[in-house]
Amino acid sequence: MADPVPFRGGGFAPRTKRGVGLIVFVGLIAFLEWGTRAGFISALTLPRPSDVLAEFGHFYRSGRLWDNLLPSLERLVVGATFGATAGIAVGFAMGLFSYARAGLVPLVAAIFPIPKIALLPLFVIWFGIDEASKYALIAFGTFTPTVVATYGAVDNVDRTLIRMGQSFGLSWFSITRKIVLPGAMPGILSGLRISLAIAIILLVAAEMLGAQTGVGAYILEAGSLYNLERLFVGVSILSMLGVTVSFIIGRIERRLLRWRS
Amino acid sequence: MELSLRDVGHVYGAVDVLSDITMDIPGGRILCIVGPSGCGKSTLLRLIGGLERPTRGAILQQGAPPEGCLNPLTYVFQDFALLPWRTVEGNVRLVLEDHRLGAEAVERIVADVLARTRLSDFRRALPRQLSGGMKQRVAIARALAVNPAVMLMDDLVGLWTRAPFTSVYVTHNLAEAVRLGHRIVVLSRRPGRIAETVDIDMALEDRRADHPDLLRDQQRLWAVMRDEARAADAELVDG
Repeated sequence: MADPVPFRGGGFAPRTKRGVGLIVFVGLIAFLEWGTRAGFISALTLPRPSDVLAEFGHFYRSGRLWDNLLPSLERLVVGATFGATAGIAVGFAMGLFSYARAGLVPLVAAIFPIPKIALLPLFVIWFGIDEASKYALIAFGTFTPTVVATYGAVDNVDRTLIRMGQSFGLSWFSITRKIVLPGAMPGILSGLRISLAIAIILLVAAEMLGAQTGVGAYILEAGSLYNLERLFVGVSILSMLGVTVSFIIGRIERRLLRWRS
Repeated sequence: MELSLRDVGHVYGAVDVLSDITMDIPGGRILCIVGPSGCGKSTLLRLIGGLERPTRGAILQQGAPPEGCLNPLTYVFQDFALLPWRTVEGNVRLVLEDHRLGAEAVERIVADVLARTRLSDFRRALPRQLSGGMKQRVAIARALAVNPAVMLMDDLVGLWTRAPFTSVYVTHNLAEAVRLGHRIVVLSRRPGRIAETVDIDMALEDRRADHPDLLRDQQRLWAVMRDEARAADAELVDG
């Protein structure tokens, strides 16, 4: 008797499944809508999704959406750009130079666990109550996770490839730009995913503590009035911001890391 | 270009890897280094290629590299060391980019070496799309692009013989060494010393696997290697 050889391969290779994420979202919202209408989720527990949507429509038509979203976006873009750029530069230095590594690894380890929001008063004293202190807070919050990710990514670049570059007499600058940077790119990008999510969290925190406009200020106001519809409008905007950032990084990864898959 | 090694020895921490290696690598010929695994063959090749500094002794190069040589000592890595984010063509271009040759000259060299390694149809392929043998050909194409004076090859499958340059070839395949080498150096087990050196003067194109002279040389080298392997096994058992 002959049995077929049992198949033991396959798996461990997640593929893109279009629309599944959307179905999860739609299903969850439909469930909440049904639950609030049927009455087993009380209006005090969760607002009805259709009411949140109506509130969002109102928010949009009154023009307050842009009044709050644009300042938030500006803070996020400026702060995160500064923080990520500095983080990548310092992380590279730590990955490449012994002194930078020896000097900065303990420092970064000391700074990383500090909740950056605790430093906002300090930044207000340094940079004033205006935009600059918010930029600084977001930049600082983005900086530390980017440094850690970049440093690790540079450290993980295949040394054989670097030796190869040296054996062909490539300059230090060429090796760094053509071998180390692309080799570290996967790690840097996955670090950026985390750093930018942290940037959004800090954006809201900064706006809650000292801003007239912005998504964070809007959420704070809605929260103190216990207006759950508005609160959820604000929170949904943040979620969409997060999804957009993740989508953009996904696009960049697809473009820069085409060689991997 | 000729190379000569004088009393070269190398130590990794407390481990003596190579000891008392003195040999000449004649210009334009093929030198094969064979020996049991772990005898320091690859280390010796890295020392010759200037990728590591020998603990003792000196490695000297004599004579100027020929005209148009961009990288006199060129190393072909055992795992090929191709940049996975560059295409076949991009990997070859990498080693030319620092030399300011001009677009035309670079294109001419790339087309030439890819044709010589039969890779012209795979110019735009990425390393992950290639088989092991093809990756090796890309590594060889890249090495040929810099027009080396000495080519150092670590355990490649098959050897690039039709070449005007000096070759140093590390292998554990004795039959291949005898078929392709002008001089064969057998290293002893660790610490690697020269156990035997054999010069084979027969032209490469006259060599047949069953030629009595070759068989005799091969048998002699085989006996040396077998003794080394046996001694190494005995050391393992006695531990």
